[in-house]
Amino acid sequence: MLGEVAKKKISELKGKFPENRSAILPAMHVVLEEVGYYNLDVLKQVAGLLGLSEMEVAETVSFYTYFPKEGVGKYHIQVCTNLSCMLLGAEGLLQYLQEKLNIETGETTADGLFTLTAVECLGSCGTAPVMQINQTYYENLTKAKVDKIIDDLRTRK
Amino acid sequence: MEKILFKYIDFPEQYKIDTYIRNGGYQALSKALKEYKPEQLIEMVKKSGLRGRGGAGFPTGLKWSFVPKDSPKPKFLLCNADEGEPGTFKDRSLIEKDPHQLIEGIIISSCAIDAHRAFIYIRGEFAFGAKRLQEAIQECYQKGYLGKNILNSGFDLDLDVYRGAGAYICGEETSLMESIEGERANPRLKPPFPASVGLYKNPTVINNVETLSNVPHIVINGGEWYANLGMPKSTGTKIFSLSGHVKKPGNYELPMGVTLRELIYEHGGGIKDDRQLKAVIPGGVSTPVLTPAFLDVKMDFDSLYEAGSLLGSGATIVMDETTCMIKAAYRISKFFEHESCGKCVPCREGTRWIRQIMERIENGKGKEDDIDLLRDICTNIVAKTVCPLGDAAAVPIMSTIEKFREEYEYHIKNKKCMVDLGSRFG
Repeated sequence: MLGEVAKKKISELKGKFPENRSAILPAMHVVLEEVGYYNLDVLKQVAGLLGLSEMEVAETVSFYTYFPKEGVGKYHIQVCTNLSCMLLGAEGLLQYLQEKLNIETGETTADGLFTLTAVECLGSCGTAPVMQINQTYYENLTKAKVDKIIDDLRTRK
Repeated sequence: MEKILFKYIDFPEQYKIDTYIRNGGYQALSKALKEYKPEQLIEMVKKSGLRGRGGAGFPTGLKWSFVPKDSPKPKFLLCNADEGEPGTFKDRSLIEKDPHQLIEGIIISSCAIDAHRAFIYIRGEFAFGAKRLQEAIQECYQKGYLGKNILNSGFDLDLDVYRGAGAYICGEETSLMESIEGERANPRLKPPFPASVGLYKNPTVINNVETLSNVPHIVINGGEWYANLGMPKSTGTKIFSLSGHVKKPGNYELPMGVTLRELIYEHGGGIKDDRQLKAVIPGGVSTPVLTPAFLDVKMDFDSLYEAGSLLGSGATIVMDETTCMIKAAYRISKFFEHESCGKCVPCREGTRWIRQIMERIENGKGKEDDIDLLRDICTNIVAKTVCPLGDAAAVPIMSTIEKFREEYEYHIKNKKCMVDLGSRFG
């Protein structure tokens, strides 16, 4: 559910645009930042705060892939698998992460820490292979780099 | 050649307004507001020959001139920063490292079309870029470059960053407008064109990040100066995003008309591990593939069109001799299936069929008539959809069949790849 900060930020979006529906995506970015995921209750709350119907919010949000649903791990690892990254080892990177985290692509680790997803082009093709964890890009990846990134996140928890 | 857009790209703290101003920034804005009328700015950009850098190459000044002068409706300027064409990463660099160059271009362009509200629509994944832009916009309000009565000229402009959420289709201009309006981003049928019926049904101009970043330089140096750079019909410089099997991948700002050979072998340092070149996609995955026979093609809108491909966004993806073209085409087909918005049946169904057939060929289960079937499906998508995504999905398949037919036949007959990319991850 949304906390007070998220509620305040979303309420402030109301009236910021010529049409209120324009506030749906900005509100969902607030949800991502403050909560990290959404579910049906969150969508209902967003609709209430923006003065829109639940259906209006749900039909828009369901079009977009960027906002993770409830159940996503604390760290959402998104591996680019598009052409430029594929040419430079994205499949090997994905495989390595699957083995390292002991999950398949699309799954979340039992401790709820990591979710592994294969995604389309992240727009960082000159530094392939690339992955994004939550809002941060990791580029020019090697096994050694991946080891360090994952180990650091594990200790940070 | 002296760089224009990338002149200060690696200058320390160029993203801060004080550094940008010290390096000559916002002089163009002052000049534009004080010395030119809006129609003179449009004329200047027309004269420059600047063409849209998002992929279509439409003349920028002409696009601006389509906005009705006498309309009582509010006008909007949109910056398309939904950089999503696989292979393209130039706008990200312009946004993160020199955001004020873009913002200055946006303010001048808004003045030219008499828009008082502008949005930068940036893809959701570029969280860092969005933050950079928001901070730069804040700086502009503090300095009086945005808001009411900019530099005492009487011109008002409000600029916002609008973050997308993972949909490639939003790079298509009308889908982008639907997205800002809070709708599912399905493209609109044209006409009416955005210049008359755009965002919130108001007259709207939408330009790419690189296009708008050129505008301050045109104002400072004049349209004629710009028109003398590059090629006669593709003026100026272009940022080429070079990726794949090259020694030095990266963004290179070069004059329009540079040869593919120079781009790959001089600037990109040649093919990684000194392997042989097999294929190049010159303008992002939706443009037709070229073989090494085309290495001397000039990289500009018209020359690439004549060579049977397109400049697109200038995203040059290099593939060496170990690349299986079926695997490459299959990967591209998965992308378009994923990104088809579902509005038009030929694209929604066709992209899925293409992916299914490519998948079975790649997995050694291809059938003899699959090549003809693919061509048939592609022909029935092209020009039968509301937006260019359908064409974009068909083109890589048709062009790989045309250029690498024997590899398709080998794959189907022998149930395996002709060559093996191997694991490049270490």
